[in-house]
Order: sequence, then C-alpha cells, then structure tokens
Amino acid sequence: MENKDDILEVRNLTINFKTYAGKVQAIRDISFDLKKGETLAIVGESGSGKSVTTRSIMGLNAPNAEIAGGSIKFKDEEILDKNEKQLSKLRGKSIAEIFQDPMTSLDPTMKVGKQVAEPLRIHQGMSKEKAMEKALEIMKLVGITNAKERINDYPYQFSGGMRQRIVIAIALVNYPQVLIADEPTTALDVTIQAKILHLMKELQTKINTSIIFITHDLGVVAGMADRVAVMYAGKIVEYGTVDEIFYNAKHPYTWGLLGSMPTLDTDADVLPSIPGTPPDLLEPPVGDAFAARNKYALKIDTLKQPPFFKVSNTHYAATWLLDDRAPKVTPPADIVKRQEHFKATHNN
Amino acid sequence: MVRYLAKRIFYLILTLFIVTTVTFFLMKIMPGTPLTNEAKLSPSERNMVLQQYGLNKPVWQQYISYIANAVHGNFGTSFQFSDQQVSYLISSRVGPSLLLGLQAIIVGVLAGIVVGSLGAIKKGTWVDTTTTIVSILGISIPSFVLSILLQYFVALKWGWLPIAGWSGFAYTILPTLALAAMPFAESARFVRTEMVDVLSADYIELARAKGLSKFGIIYHHALRNSLIPLVTIVGPLAVNIMTGSLVVENIFAIPGIGEQFVNSVVTNDYPTIMGLTIMYCFMLCVVLLITDIIYGLIDPRIRITGKRG
Repeated sequence: MENKDDILEVRNLTINFKTYAGKVQAIRDISFDLKKGETLAIVGESGSGKSVTTRSIMGLNAPNAEIAGGSIKFKDEEILDKNEKQLSKLRGKSIAEIFQDPMTSLDPTMKVGKQVAEPLRIHQGMSKEKAMEKALEIMKLVGITNAKERINDYPYQFSGGMRQRIVIAIALVNYPQVLIADEPTTALDVTIQAKILHLMKELQTKINTSIIFITHDLGVVAGMADRVAVMYAGKIVEYGTVDEIFYNAKHPYTWGLLGSMPTLDTDADVLPSIPGTPPDLLEPPVGDAFAARNKYALKIDTLKQPPFFKVSNTHYAATWLLDDRAPKVTPPADIVKRQEHFKATHNN
Repeated sequence: MVRYLAKRIFYLILTLFIVTTVTFFLMKIMPGTPLTNEAKLSPSERNMVLQQYGLNKPVWQQYISYIANAVHGNFGTSFQFSDQQVSYLISSRVGPSLLLGLQAIIVGVLAGIVVGSLGAIKKGTWVDTTTTIVSILGISIPSFVLSILLQYFVALKWGWLPIAGWSGFAYTILPTLALAAMPFAESARFVRTEMVDVLSADYIELARAKGLSKFGIIYHHALRNSLIPLVTIVGPLAVNIMTGSLVVENIFAIPGIGEQFVNSVVTNDYPTIMGLTIMYCFMLCVVLLITDIIYGLIDPRIRITGKRG
C-alpha cells in the first residue's frame, strides 16, 4: 500500500472485453484509492465503465473480460493474482456488493432469512441456528419491520424498498471492509431512495466500512460521498472532494453532468442534456474521448490524451483547458449559477 | 385447497364424459363391425350375434345404455374374449403398463436433469454440444425404431438382456429405456434452457458476490429455480409415455394395456376400446392434477385456492 490510510488501491487498471466485433476497451488505464471509512462516488453515464471497474475488484467480471494490465490492491493483497477459490473467500466477507435491482437480486424460492444467513454459514462456518440469530439481528438493523415474523417469508412477499434492505443486510452481515454499492437506489422510487441512502450512511458509521458508490445521479452523490471520481469512456476524467466537484469542477464533461441535474428552480419542460453519444470503445479516439461532444474542445484534444492537471492536493482534472497555454475558459453561465446555488443551499 | 380439489374433480368428470361421448360416436363412424373379419357367418347368424350384443339398436339408444351402465361402473363385456368383463380385462393388464410408465418417467426425467444441468453449466463447451446432440437424437428417433435397435443390439447381438416378454425385472429394462428416451430428451433440453436462464439471473450474481463456490451456487440456488418449471412438462411427458406404450408394449410383447388397446382397435372390440379410452383419459387428468398440486407445493410463489385469478 502506498498510503496507510488506504484500504484499496487501483493502479493503471486496463480491461478489455473480447467480442465478435473486436476488443472493447472498457477500462482504459484508471487509478484511484479508497480510504478507510470514506465514501467514494464513481459517477458517469451508462457504459462509462463504472460497474466494470467495481466488478473487477470482486473478480466478478464476465468470462470474456480480459485484464490487460494494472493492479488492484486490497490491504496489500493483489486481487488480480487471486484465483476463483481465493476470490470467493474475499467476496461477501471483506468485500461485499449491493446490487442495483432488488426485484431480481434475491433468490425467489429461498426464504429471506436463509439468504441473509448464507454468507455467515459460508465464511464463518456458523451453525444454522446461530446464523439465523445473527441474520435476524442484521435484519432488524437494516430496518425490516417485524423481522422476527418475516424471517421465513419469501422475497415476493416484500416491497421493493424492503427487498433492498434485505440485499443490504446480505452485503453487511459479515461486516465487510469495502462495500460496493452499484446504483443501489436507481430501481426505487424517490421517497424510498432517500430512506435507503440514509440507512447506508448510518450503517457505514456503525460497522465502519468504506463505500464505493456507483451512480449516474449527481444529486445522490451530494449527500452520500466524501470524494467523487467522474468517469467517461473508460477513463477517470476528474476527481476531487464533493465540494470541489460541485463548486469548482474543471472538466467540461463534469460541467455537462452538473448542468443536466434538475434543481428546485428548474422549470424548463426539457431537462438539459449533453449532446451527442459516447465514443465507440472498440476504437476509442486518439485524443480526449469527450472532444467530439465538447464545445470547448481545443485542437490538441483530438490529437493527444490530456494528462491529469492538479487543481488542488485532492482535486485533479484531465482536460487541456488547464494547461498554461490554453485560452482561459470559464464554465457556462448556468453552471456558475448552479455552483452559487449549491454553495448557498449548503451553507444553510 | 378443498374447494380447488372439488372444482378440479368436477372438471375431471366433465372431461371424461365428453371424451366418452366423442369416442363412442367416432367409433361408430369407423368402417367395419366386430364381425367384419368373420366371413363365414351367414346373414341370419350375423343378425343374431348383433342382437345379442345390442348392436342392431339405433346408435343413440346404444349410447344411452352405455352411459347408464358406465355410470354404474359396468363397462360391458369384451367382444374379443367373450366372457371377460372389460373392467377385469383392464385391471389385470394395468400393472405392467404402470410399472413401465413409472420406471420410464423416473429414469428419463432424472437423467434429463443431470444431462441438462451439465449442458447449462458447461455452456458452449464440447459437453454442451454432446448433450444437445444426444437430446436431439432422443427427440427425433421414434420409440419403435429405438425399441428395435435396442432389441437388435442389446438383446440379439450382445445377448445381455431378454429380447421380449414379461417375467422379471430384466424384461423391463429395454422397454423402459425405449419409453424413457423421449422424456429424457425433452427434460434435458428443458432443464438446459431453464438453467442457462437462471445462471444469468441477478440472484446468481449475488450468490457469487456472497462468496459461494460454483457447486454451492448450482446446488443452493440454480437447481431449485430451474427444476420448478420442469414440473409443468411432466404431465405432457406422462401422456407421451402412455401413447408410446401402445407401440412399445407391442414390440416387446408386454401384457399391458397398450398392447391390449391396439388389439382391440384391430378387432373392433367396442367395449374394450371405450373402457381403455376412459381409463387413459382418467389417468391423464389425474397426472395433470397431481402436477398442478405439486407445483403449488414446491413453488412458494404459487398458492392454490379455489378462487379465480
């Protein structure tokens, strides 16, 4: 480990998917750290590589995924060197995951209590009775009402929000050190979303875990994360603390994301969006992958990949706009307005 | 549950009644009478026999008297074996057929589960290809061809098992295999498809993320979920075996009801045809009812009630 505060270090990770059409370069040389006890949000649109990144941390990628290089270190253990058996000792114990869709991620024909108890039985070799006792305890902790009576119910007897609580219980039952939450609230309606997010925040302090929170919704990030990494086309384009990303974003793609976030003042009929579509990762562009959709793009953007420019000790952005030779560009007016708005609401 | 059963039994009786009626008239439309093959009879002798069996009355009268008797459990006397009650004829022959049918469905479905699961787990490898080829063969080779092949190789050429007849377990093996081919192939294909589906489900991914081993995932999560729908095809498979037994019992000279059925049709033995049809229909309805009940028992999402919807 390069830093003793880190629990997870990803360095130069590169992942390709072999398909009939060729190699899809899903993850292109990304690096990030996860510190003990913090929540890191990975933000980006569909297909930007958020889930592939976290799946590879658990060794859960599809068989056609090929790790072309890099390293993933969990507490000095190299995850990429582990075989399936060694990985399964880690999964559900030290590193756990909350899945996106609670309607499909529970086994429909197994009683929920048994499903929650399963990781205990596998990793701690607990007896059936003891595991069920522990399962009940964690089900109460995640807020299943009447947990004792409901432990022998089947998933179809629960609502979506309750099911997601059960999925969370399954992930947390072994008190993992790293928790990956892959869009855990996307499939839920908004009022339930808030409750689930609140629950995750609360449980994080209770069992002291680090969270990687994947989402495409910056609105969710604000209340959840300590730090944010913005991904685009298989690369991290900007990362920093939540405040830095919300108040002082430097990458035009991040501006685009912030601009497409509705606020209470939004009264337009059509929500703003980033024009164009992400590039084809079978043959990613030579330069900045976002250049084609970027109205601030410079000539060099189409020729050369931008390196990370330091904004502060914790804030980096990969855009040529930060180069000394680049023309000075200020964010679009509505983004500035938003940043003011965020600051104002934050201080209240 | 009681209400549901009562409802199903009512439908069962209704089905039996309709099948009986349709078969009765179909049989009368068929060319020929039980006496077609008796060329030596003079017209007056012929009339006498027809009168004795009540075959000279109008068809609707024959029908009414048949139904009236059948309701009282009297299915008449066989024409072919003149002093044998149809009910006795059937009950004395039902044993071998039931035994063969049960053996065939158990062997076929169990082998189908194993082979189908293997195909799904090893999807895309030579194992999958082999199991697919085997099940396609099982579906496309008719049971009479398979019976004859088995007789030729296993019994005649290699002499491992008796070629035909009915005296002991060894005699049941070849006909069981011949009958099991279809249910085996069908359930193998079915289980493979189901399990491929289940293995790509989110809850299997979650099971992996829990740290379950490959075997644990199959055993604890994939099997149950892919086998539950299999129950729905066991009914049709049982039908398959029943119709298959008509041919297979003849080839292996097994004194079962299938062989009897074919004989009765050939000789226009009306009461026996009727009796056997009713019995087949009854067995079929019972098999379907049982599979529905089993489905409700093993799938927690389905609860049987008498109510609609």
